[in-house]
Amino acid sequence: MATLKALAEPSRFQIVELLRNGPRPVGELVNRLKLPQPQVSKHLRVLSDAGLVDVRADAQRRIYELRPAPLQELEVWIERYRSIWEENYQRLDGLLEEMKAKEGKRRRRKR
Amino acid sequence: MTTNAVKKTETLQVTMPSEREVAMARVFDAPRELLFKTWTQPALLKRWLYGPEEWPLAVCEIDLRVSGALRFEWGPYEGKYMGMSGVYREIAPPDRLVFTEVWDDNWTGGETLVTMTFVEHAGKTTVTQTVQYSSHSAREAALKTGMARGMTQAYDRLAEILAGKTNQEI
Repeated sequence: MATLKALAEPSRFQIVELLRNGPRPVGELVNRLKLPQPQVSKHLRVLSDAGLVDVRADAQRRIYELRPAPLQELEVWIERYRSIWEENYQRLDGLLEEMKAKEGKRRRRKR
Repeated sequence: MTTNAVKKTETLQVTMPSEREVAMARVFDAPRELLFKTWTQPALLKRWLYGPEEWPLAVCEIDLRVSGALRFEWGPYEGKYMGMSGVYREIAPPDRLVFTEVWDDNWTGGETLVTMTFVEHAGKTTVTQTVQYSSHSAREAALKTGMARGMTQAYDRLAEILAGKTNQEI
């Protein structure tokens, strides 16, 4: 759930997408996102707390990289897809009950 | 929202049958003739086929014959509609329905082919919906986009809950 919340913010999702191509220094993320550095650092802290990214120092630069383990994106997507269809199909269950009841009545009338 | 607290609902199976497909199967307690109708009659589809975040199916046009067109639009959401057009390829009531789908914003990376099968056994019907993407990379891109969207929507929902707008659900 921490993973989901961390990724729910569009800029953080974008950071994760950028890091998928390899480790990046903070400066580059700032340039790519076109956001002020403190804001990017805040997002990186949230991602780091959620266990999504790791940071290491390289001389004066802080390099961020993705930790692959919590990011099982396929499962996340499937869950989302599943929840939309589960809700739809539960509504369909209700509609089918209604249709079956109507058909039953019609059949009884014919007899 | 849904009020089926008492009745146990069937589970939805999501699988990846091949590298360019996603399949979803679910059992319904009804004969397949009824299920076929709920997938092919606009008045019935509008009763249950909602979009993300419960957007209603506002437009549903169906020309149910081979090469006939279909047009679905969900919304409005912030003044916009999410739309999809397609063409029926196979219509075999009450067993099988095949149609193409193209989304207005092309989030699926080209046309997808949807195959619906309705298999009845002892009064219950298994509905399987298989979506075939134009390629493996199109499927992966669609999954990624779907995830990004889902996340944004989940976040919107979270914000709404925090703002107390949907407190009836908590």
